[in-house]
Amino acid sequence: MTKEMQLLKICRGSFSQVRLLHMSPAVNAEAKKDSSPRLKTFSIYRWNPDQPDQKPYMQEYNVDLKQCGPMVLDALIKIKNEIDPTLTFRRSCREGICGSCAMNIGGVNTLACISKIDAGSGKATKIYPLPHMYVVKDLVPDMNNFYQQYRSIEPWLQRKDTATTKSGEVQQYLQSIDDRAKLDGLYECILCACCSTSCPSYWWNGDKYLGPAVLMQAYRWIIDSRDDATAKRLDKMRDPFSAFRCHTIMNCTRTCPKSLNPGRAIAEIKKLLGGVASKPAPQMNPVGLKQ
Amino acid sequence: MSSILKLQSFIVRGVANNGFNKVILYLRQTSITPICSRSLHLNVDRNNAKCSDASSKAYPIVDHTYDAVVVGAGGAGLRAAFGLVAEGFKTAVITKLFPTRSHTVAAQGGINAALGNMEEDQWQWHMYDTVKGSDWLGDQDAIHYMTREAPKAVIELENTGMPFSRTTEGKIYQRAFGGQSLKFGKGGQAHRCCCVADRTGHSLLHTLYGQSLKYDCHYFVEYFALDLIMEDGECRGVIALCLEDGTIHRFRSKNTILATGGYGRAFFSCTSAHTCTGDGTAMVARAGLPSQDLEFVQFHPTGIYGAGCLITEGCRGEGGYLINSQGERFMERYAPVAKDLASRDVVSRSMTIEIREGRGCGPEKDHVFLQLHHLPAEQLHQRLPGISETAMIFAGVDVTREPIPVLPTVHYNMGGVPTNYKGQVLTNCNDEDVVVPGLYACGEAASCSVHGANRLGANSLLDLVVFGRACALTIAAENKPGEAIGSIKANAGEESVANLDWCRYAAGSIPTADLRLQMQKTMQSHAAVFRTEDVLREGIDKMKKLYESLQNLKVSDHSLIWNSDLVETLELQNLMLNAMMTIVGAENRKESRGAHAREDYKNRCDEYDYSKPIKGQQKKDIKDHWRKHTLADIDPKTGKVSIRYRGVIDDTLDSQECKTVPPAIRSY
Repeated sequence: MTKEMQLLKICRGSFSQVRLLHMSPAVNAEAKKDSSPRLKTFSIYRWNPDQPDQKPYMQEYNVDLKQCGPMVLDALIKIKNEIDPTLTFRRSCREGICGSCAMNIGGVNTLACISKIDAGSGKATKIYPLPHMYVVKDLVPDMNNFYQQYRSIEPWLQRKDTATTKSGEVQQYLQSIDDRAKLDGLYECILCACCSTSCPSYWWNGDKYLGPAVLMQAYRWIIDSRDDATAKRLDKMRDPFSAFRCHTIMNCTRTCPKSLNPGRAIAEIKKLLGGVASKPAPQMNPVGLKQ
Repeated sequence: MSSILKLQSFIVRGVANNGFNKVILYLRQTSITPICSRSLHLNVDRNNAKCSDASSKAYPIVDHTYDAVVVGAGGAGLRAAFGLVAEGFKTAVITKLFPTRSHTVAAQGGINAALGNMEEDQWQWHMYDTVKGSDWLGDQDAIHYMTREAPKAVIELENTGMPFSRTTEGKIYQRAFGGQSLKFGKGGQAHRCCCVADRTGHSLLHTLYGQSLKYDCHYFVEYFALDLIMEDGECRGVIALCLEDGTIHRFRSKNTILATGGYGRAFFSCTSAHTCTGDGTAMVARAGLPSQDLEFVQFHPTGIYGAGCLITEGCRGEGGYLINSQGERFMERYAPVAKDLASRDVVSRSMTIEIREGRGCGPEKDHVFLQLHHLPAEQLHQRLPGISETAMIFAGVDVTREPIPVLPTVHYNMGGVPTNYKGQVLTNCNDEDVVVPGLYACGEAASCSVHGANRLGANSLLDLVVFGRACALTIAAENKPGEAIGSIKANAGEESVANLDWCRYAAGSIPTADLRLQMQKTMQSHAAVFRTEDVLREGIDKMKKLYESLQNLKVSDHSLIWNSDLVETLELQNLMLNAMMTIVGAENRKESRGAHAREDYKNRCDEYDYSKPIKGQQKKDIKDHWRKHTLADIDPKTGKVSIRYRGVIDDTLDSQECKTVPPAIRSY
């Protein structure tokens, strides 16, 4: 237990989503000797589009934690495999990088695959789809609006000139280590939409407010020293809704399963839009290898 | 009831155009009224869609026509797709996952290219390493093409915005990686692997997806491809199931590119995503075309013990090493020169031997440790942030203080759909390669074959972008946008729909998940790192029984809207085809080469014995040696596998540019 406390201290902050740390293998081995099951209840949101007249309801499943992996996704898969194959949810990489299994677990938007099952409290864990999204079935929300918004920020590098030499040879753009460091904490976003769907502003104005995830990606391209379409990118957001519907509630930063800080990125955008800050000039000429 | 529902989504979209008018007409004729008022966000442009119920009343079919269709939207699929749009082809991308959810996202280490940012480098040295890594089963024309194009491909990615880590000169940072050397193996370890910390695949996939949004590419997201539409020996498109509403879509197309990835999920413990189910190879097998070299399955040395999550080879590239229970850095014994950066098959075998000989770690002595804490915390933070997080979450390990428990874990399929270096799918008639018109493959789904018997780390991301682009270039060179497409029968795809319907109402006794688990466990224990005749034979017998059990499946969800039980069943059918060809191929190949290690045939069997001078030796006939590709055909009804062979291509594209690397004994 003391070891766990130490680990908790070390990783507090950077692993805020990991609420319950691994039991040491020795503890696990001991637990296996005892043959009585350690049951845990999961209360899961169900809605079947084939029965549109029936209202969504919560269905409870009991899972023996001794026969189950440590993560909520392991429990969901176990339920689907052994108890109820009709339970529907998205999943893919199971290691927290693809962003498929974003859902609301125990009141927090997170990835099922990297959130540990709360084994201690004895209470049922409630699992809902991402809040304020159209539900297609059970835990599967309709993400198309979110993806459209991502598309709207033109998430690709834009430059007026290229690094092609006179002889037609294409060169890499130069970027200093410090300029590259400005992208850290931004480019790691996996587009799971946990942050956007935790934001009350996004709940009310999801059609016009871009939401934290998309705004953070917008900032990722704005601040890239190789991109020179900054003015165009900012102008597209110069309206009351796109960025300024952020009221610094900061649910986004609190919930991000990758421990990123979309709230800060939005603040930086607001500074740029308000004219109190401007994008610094690149430390290295991106097309420096052209000569 | 259900027949009403599967049409509702047409109506709820509420967009009136020709396609929908017909649907609405269909509804009026059958006097069905829409019952759902929920308005979902519009997913795809269905302007050109045409609805018919020609082949089945229960499953109305929507027809589309495109110049090119790409199946799969991972790295290879995206690169091919926007390459085609850039050339003016009307292109559709069918994918069962939103593009950034594809498993390319999980690649960590990097992408190889002889840029020479760290030291002098030449692509010819990269080529030598790749041929040696393939254990001389790789086709050297394709390897020549890939390594030559590599620097251009990486610079293209950088130019489109991929956030590579940087050197102090502002250039792309390159790290050491397994199997990479300088000066044809004589110049020591090369630093050739371009990386974005340890999230290279993630940023590569997001960059490619962003780039593809620049182009007018039609995405069909969360559509599950069922089968190829083959007529007169030509591929004329794909038939797919839309998960959101259960409609069937036929894509008629002059060119079809398969970029569906591997089938790691045929094994119990793998680094692959749940969605890596080899759908492309299975579709090809059902179309009566062969698959190549499926017995070569790469075990990644460092999957997290228990969870199976990947820990990048970049850890060892940055200076980490493996230790056994005695704290010994055992790779020094197995590969005195390359040590922990020997190629993956070598390291995986060495680890397995250590565990077998009782020097494994933990209470069960069943894994080894990957040690990183001798490296500066700053370096770990800067270069390996992702795995620090993964190790904490999945192994409870703080990498700055403790070693990570690791085990060889199924990671990559070197085999796949046979193609030439242009991406065209091949079949074999009378020992001659024949191109299948209209069909292309790239990425892990293909075997072109740059990886031969063993893939080098960081060559797979390269494979994706180089051959994704090659497919687009080949199509552009041989076709024009808007060209006439051969007709398809009115009932084309009928069998696929029949199979879908059968699966949907399958009422046997074995749930999909049970049969899948049995298959995965069988493959894991009978086609592992080390293989022997008895174990493989037993595995084949077990797999045959499991294959028969496919007839006895039980599917519980009969819905057509997001029926993941049904999709997992279709995926299981695909996995089974791949698994059968894999294990039969493994039993058949009586030698050890690359990732395929037979304990009863410990040596590689080439046309000459390369451990001795060739002079005076009689060259063996292709029938008597194993330096040849396996081509496996499978009867989808019975699961019976038959095997043919195909010669290895030793000639490079241009012997002036680089010469053939002659076979030699492979040691690191």
